[in-house]
Amino acid sequence: MGRFVVRRLLGMILVLFAISVLVFLIFNVIPNSDPAQRMAGKVATPALVRSITEEWGFDDPLPQQYLTTMEKIFSGDLISYSDQRDVDEEIVKGLPATFSLCIGAAVIWMFFGIVFGYLSAVRAGGLTDRLLTILAMIGISMPVFTLASIFLIYLTYKTQLFPSGGYVGLTEDPFDWAYHLVLPWTTLAILYVGFYSRVLRSNMLDAMSGDYVRTARAKGLSERRVMVRHVLRNSLIPVVTLFGLDFGATVGGGAILTEAIFSLNGVGDYAFESTTNLDLPPIMAITLFGAFFVVLFNTLVDIAYAYLDPRVRLGSSAQ
Amino acid sequence: MASESHPAPAAAAPTGRSPWRLALGRLRRNRVALAFLALFVLIALFVLAAPLWANHVAGTGPNTTHTLEKIEVDGEKREVVNREGKPIGPVWFGAGGRFFLGADGRLGRDEMVRLMYGGRTSLFISLVAAGLTTLLSIALGLLAGYYRGWTDSVISRAMDVIWAFPVLLLGIALGTALAVGGLQLGPISISGSSIWIPILIIGVVYTPYMARPLRGEVLALREKEFVEAAVAQGAGPLRVMLGELLPNLWSTIIVFFTLNIANNMLLEAALSFLGAGVQPPNSSWGTMISTGFDVISSEPLLSVLPGTMILLTVLSLNVFGDGLRDALDPKSKLRLEAHAGLAEPEGTPV
Repeated sequence: MGRFVVRRLLGMILVLFAISVLVFLIFNVIPNSDPAQRMAGKVATPALVRSITEEWGFDDPLPQQYLTTMEKIFSGDLISYSDQRDVDEEIVKGLPATFSLCIGAAVIWMFFGIVFGYLSAVRAGGLTDRLLTILAMIGISMPVFTLASIFLIYLTYKTQLFPSGGYVGLTEDPFDWAYHLVLPWTTLAILYVGFYSRVLRSNMLDAMSGDYVRTARAKGLSERRVMVRHVLRNSLIPVVTLFGLDFGATVGGGAILTEAIFSLNGVGDYAFESTTNLDLPPIMAITLFGAFFVVLFNTLVDIAYAYLDPRVRLGSSAQ
Repeated sequence: MASESHPAPAAAAPTGRSPWRLALGRLRRNRVALAFLALFVLIALFVLAAPLWANHVAGTGPNTTHTLEKIEVDGEKREVVNREGKPIGPVWFGAGGRFFLGADGRLGRDEMVRLMYGGRTSLFISLVAAGLTTLLSIALGLLAGYYRGWTDSVISRAMDVIWAFPVLLLGIALGTALAVGGLQLGPISISGSSIWIPILIIGVVYTPYMARPLRGEVLALREKEFVEAAVAQGAGPLRVMLGELLPNLWSTIIVFFTLNIANNMLLEAALSFLGAGVQPPNSSWGTMISTGFDVISSEPLLSVLPGTMILLTVLSLNVFGDGLRDALDPKSKLRLEAHAGLAEPEGTPV
């Protein structure tokens, strides 16, 4: 186990380094224009461009530039040249909203994904299964903004049932917090509900042909007990793996659209705002932190997984 | 489940049927998949007919403004955009096909014409980017799987790095970095507002999701006897890769290609919605939704229409792609759990 953790952590550090190099290349080295000009954004006066070139060392050799860039991002003195705001501070400020959105949505998508997947598998081929399959396909294919626009039109503007957006802190007013997040949670969760129910369904159908299921039936267990205790539990393993990956990706940037549409003032909303203004320093930092979070989270999930299931850590050394 | 597993009646002369024929037969019996293929073809025809409709029915272009004009709807004069800046709603054939779906806002452009032209952009980007992803994935998958060793390590690690980025975030990073200055690659120069920028970005971002499973298949295939036989006959690496391995990958490639178009369409719309995809003066369904959202409370149709078009296109491709998978791969080696947590393109969050 110790060796697995060390190997996994070393691999993670390498990937983190490669990610930071790639981000650096995308923003500072892409050919055909002066990076300082692009960093400066819309208000690029010659004086500003010159001072940015100086500050970021764009005339230095590339390795030196890379170090300067990383130092700026991680030491927290990265600022946006369009509005002078401190980038790292803005990101930290957005974290509560982003996590509130993602955790809530994750609870919803796991719950409904499992319930619908289970019902679909138990009634495979029947009416319930077909209906749920259709719904799942629609969920998987539904663009976030289409669903959001339907919610906004019918539940906000026509009936005034829900607010159109905004974020209220959990500590300020828990009820208002949830009330403001109902629509964003649902919007973000639908895709995954569809996807997870399909994955679980096909896993369960495969598991049903297993010998241990026949044995369980032969023992005289009730059908329900066979399904829940034996089939469902074994079929959940890949779903949990997927969940680890998807949750990381959602926090790391998958929620941008939902945050932007419902003006949640989270990190994703900040990314959206910066994208519209073509304000590069914040986008650079958000990209880097987003990818870092995904890698960190995946590593933790892997380690937790190896701890729970010895086959993982033994199997992976063969790779 | 599959009826061809029944033994053939003794009387029938045994005729050879290729796996492709069998797959086609299975696909033919899948009515749902065919219906959704038909839906996709309809959508494709709809957007291809854009110039026809624009020139012969609506008599206007996608970017032509009609702010101060009046049109005759069922014999009654109406302003395209009224004094409060509210655009005319759908008039259907009331004005002989002009402003079929109304106007698109203060500028008074014909929404139907815009919807058709926007769809052309969206579909074009999705298709070409899917082609790019497929070509890159085949090349990388074959090289990594055939040569193994350090070639595989380099390619796989590079894929891992791209993989680590949330798709949308990497798209935004590339989109914003390239939208300002464009791209200069040797003799090729692409301006920042060209639709080739989103095509390149989307094509590259999704490559690992297709290259990884292909590499896995190549790794397994190259141990098979037919590869050994080809090598024994003196076939070089290129012949083995293109002549022996590639033909065995086609069913995987076709399925992934179809689902990839659907994902590309979602990513293009998301990037354009955020301002990091299609840039003006071009427009796509994504940019239309983005402008529609600004007036969603008064003109809900302007964001719902392009949104619904995207939903229908993506849905048709996903359902048809699923049918293709069942037809080409009845034993489901390509099923979701085979790559649990790995290369399932329909699971990649956008």
